[in-house]
Amino acid sequence: MNTNTEEKTFTRVAEVIEEDVPVEEMFLNLGPSHPSMHGIVRIMVRLSGERIVWSDVEIGYLHRAFEKSVENCTWNTAIVYTDRLNYVSPIINNVGYCMAVEKLLGITVPERGEYARTALSEISRIADHLTAVGAAAMEVGAFTAFLYTMKAREWLYELIEAACGARVTTNFARIGGICADLPYDFMDMCALRLPEVEKVVVELDKLLTRNRIFIDRMQGVGSVDAEHAVAFGFTGPLLRASGVPYDVRRVTPYSVYDRMEFTVPVGTTGDCFDRYLVRLEEMRQSLLIVDQCLKQIPAGPVCVDDPRISLPKKQDVYTNIEGLMNQFKLVMHNHGIQPPPGEVYVSVEGGNGELGFYIVSDGKDRPYKCRCRPPCFPLVQAIPYMIQDHMVADVVPVFGSLNMIGGELDR
Amino acid sequence: MVSACPFFENQYSIKMPTIDYKKLSVPYQTSVQKVEMGLWEKLYYPEVTRGLLITSGHFVRNMMIHAAHMFGLAKNQRGAVTYQYPEERRPIHRRLRGRHRLTKKPDGSERCTACLLCETVCPTHCIYIVPEEHPDPTVEKHPRQYEIDILRCCFCGYCVEACPCDAIRMDTQVQELSNWDRTRMVYNKEYLMRDVAGPGAPPKDDPPIWWLK
Ligand code: SF4
Ligand code: SF4
Repeated sequence: MNTNTEEKTFTRVAEVIEEDVPVEEMFLNLGPSHPSMHGIVRIMVRLSGERIVWSDVEIGYLHRAFEKSVENCTWNTAIVYTDRLNYVSPIINNVGYCMAVEKLLGITVPERGEYARTALSEISRIADHLTAVGAAAMEVGAFTAFLYTMKAREWLYELIEAACGARVTTNFARIGGICADLPYDFMDMCALRLPEVEKVVVELDKLLTRNRIFIDRMQGVGSVDAEHAVAFGFTGPLLRASGVPYDVRRVTPYSVYDRMEFTVPVGTTGDCFDRYLVRLEEMRQSLLIVDQCLKQIPAGPVCVDDPRISLPKKQDVYTNIEGLMNQFKLVMHNHGIQPPPGEVYVSVEGGNGELGFYIVSDGKDRPYKCRCRPPCFPLVQAIPYMIQDHMVADVVPVFGSLNMIGGELDR
Repeated sequence: MVSACPFFENQYSIKMPTIDYKKLSVPYQTSVQKVEMGLWEKLYYPEVTRGLLITSGHFVRNMMIHAAHMFGLAKNQRGAVTYQYPEERRPIHRRLRGRHRLTKKPDGSERCTACLLCETVCPTHCIYIVPEEHPDPTVEKHPRQYEIDILRCCFCGYCVEACPCDAIRMDTQVQELSNWDRTRMVYNKEYLMRDVAGPGAPPKDDPPIWWLK
C-alpha cells in the first residue's frame, strides 16, 4: 500500500465520513465497451464513495469457440485459428500449437526453422509488451508514450510482414517448420529497425520510470504477493513481478532458448509498477535474443523433409507425379497429416505467460480435442482480488497492467 | 474412474512436473531496479523537464526535416512516421498477401485445372468452383465458375500453397477491398483474371513467393 501522507489523510477522512453518514453503495458497470477495457470485458463494481467494496468480472464477449472449431478442421488449417488467440503476438501461438503437434508426431524441426521461429517469437513478444506498456501508460495520461510505442510496434509489424506475409494474421509456423524461409532482405531490415526499437524502449524508460505522476498511479496499486499469484495460477510477467522467477523459456527450455543468453527479470512487490518494470526489461532481453538468433542462424532447410508432414517443394509439384501426389495426399480430407493416437501438452512462453496446448489425437486427420491454456484467464480471475478496496481510478491501471487480450481470454 | 483419453490405455499419460515456487530459481535471474520515491522524483519538475526535452526533441527534429523537405532537401530522411494515406502509401513488402489473382497461360486462358485443392484446403470455405470439361480435348478440366467470397477470406494463403499448378497467387498487393454491396465482394473468375494495374501490379513472370520455401 502507498504510505505517503496524502493518502493516509484521505483514508482517515473517508473513514470519518463512512462512520458518520451512512453512504449508499453504488453499482457501476465498467464496460463491456469502454475504451479502457481493451477488447470487450465487463467489470462490475460496487462502490462505497469511491472505494470498491465488491467487484466481479464478466468475460466471454469474444467467444468464438476456438476449441470446437479446431476439432472441425485439419491439423494444418487449425494454425489459422491460433492466429486469432493473442492477436498482438500471433506467432507465439502458431509456434506453440505446431510444437504440440510436432511432439505428437515425434519430429524435430530443422535448425534454421527453430531459429527463425525463435527470432520472430521474440519480435512479437516485444510488440506485445510495447502494446501493454503503451496502453497502460496512455490510460494513466501519458499519451506520448503510447504514440512512441505504437511507432515501434509498427516497425516490428513491418518485419513480421516481411517474414510471414501478413501483419497480424501471420499464419507463419507450419507443422514441421515454418511456411517459407526468411526473405533475403530480412537481416537488413532487422539491422535497420531493431536499434530504433531499442531507442524507443530507452525513451520509454526515460519518460515513465521516474515520472512522479506515473509512479503515483502505479506503485502500490493492485499488488499480488507470490503466494496468491501462484494460487491464482499467474504466469508470465505478472508472476515474475510478484517475485517468482518462472519463465517457461528457462524452466523447461524449448526450441533454441537453451542456447540463448538472456536474463529473467524478477520484481518484488507485484504491483502495477513492478509489472511495468519487468515488461520493460523483458523487451531489452528479447532484443538481445533476436540479435543472437540472427547471428547464429544457420543455413539449411526450414521445414522437415517428410512428404507425410510438409508440402513438397513447388518445383517437384509442378514437374513430377510423385510431388503432385504428395501434394494431393496432404491436402485432401481424411488423408493429410495423421499423428498417432495420444495426448500431449506443450507450453510456450507467450506474451502474457504460459501458453499451453493440450492436444488429443485419435489418429485421424483432425484434432480430437485441442485445449488451449490462455495466459490471460488466470490473470483476469484475479481482478476482484487486485482492485478490492482501491479507488475506481485504480481499476484502469490494474486492468492495463494485466494486458488482457480478448481473443485469448475468451477463445 | 473415467479415462482421460478414450484412445489411451493408461490414464493421464502426461506427467506434469511439480515446481515449488519458493525454491524455484532459474539461471541468469535478475531483479528489476527498484524505484523509490526519492527527492528527485518528489521534486517532480526535473522529470517533467526531462520528458518535455524528449518530446520536444522529436518535435523539433521532425519539423526541421519537414521544413527541409519543402525546400527539396533531405528527401531520404523521414520526418514524422505517419503516412498521408491516400496520397502516400506505405511501401509494402513483396511477400504480403494481398487480393488473389488467377494466373493465365500464354494464350490468355486460365491456368487453373479445377482440381479443387484450394477449395478443399480453404479454412473458411470461401472458394466455390464449378469444374467443366474443356472444349480442347488435350486439356482435361477447367473451371466454369470460380468464385472467392472475399468477405469470408482470412488471407491465410493456404490456397496459394495448395495449388499444384501455380494458378492462384496473392501477389497483387491490393489491400483496399471495399464495396457498397456485399454481393459484389464475391469475386468471379473474370475479375480475378483481370490484369492489375497501378501500384499493386505484380511483377511480370515473378515466381510465386512460396517457391522460396
Ligand atoms: S487465402 Fe485462405 S481463406 Fe482466403 S481463399 Fe485462400 S485459403 Fe481461403
Ligand atoms: S488449387 Fe489451383 S488448379 Fe486447383 S482449383 Fe484451385 S486454383 Fe485451380
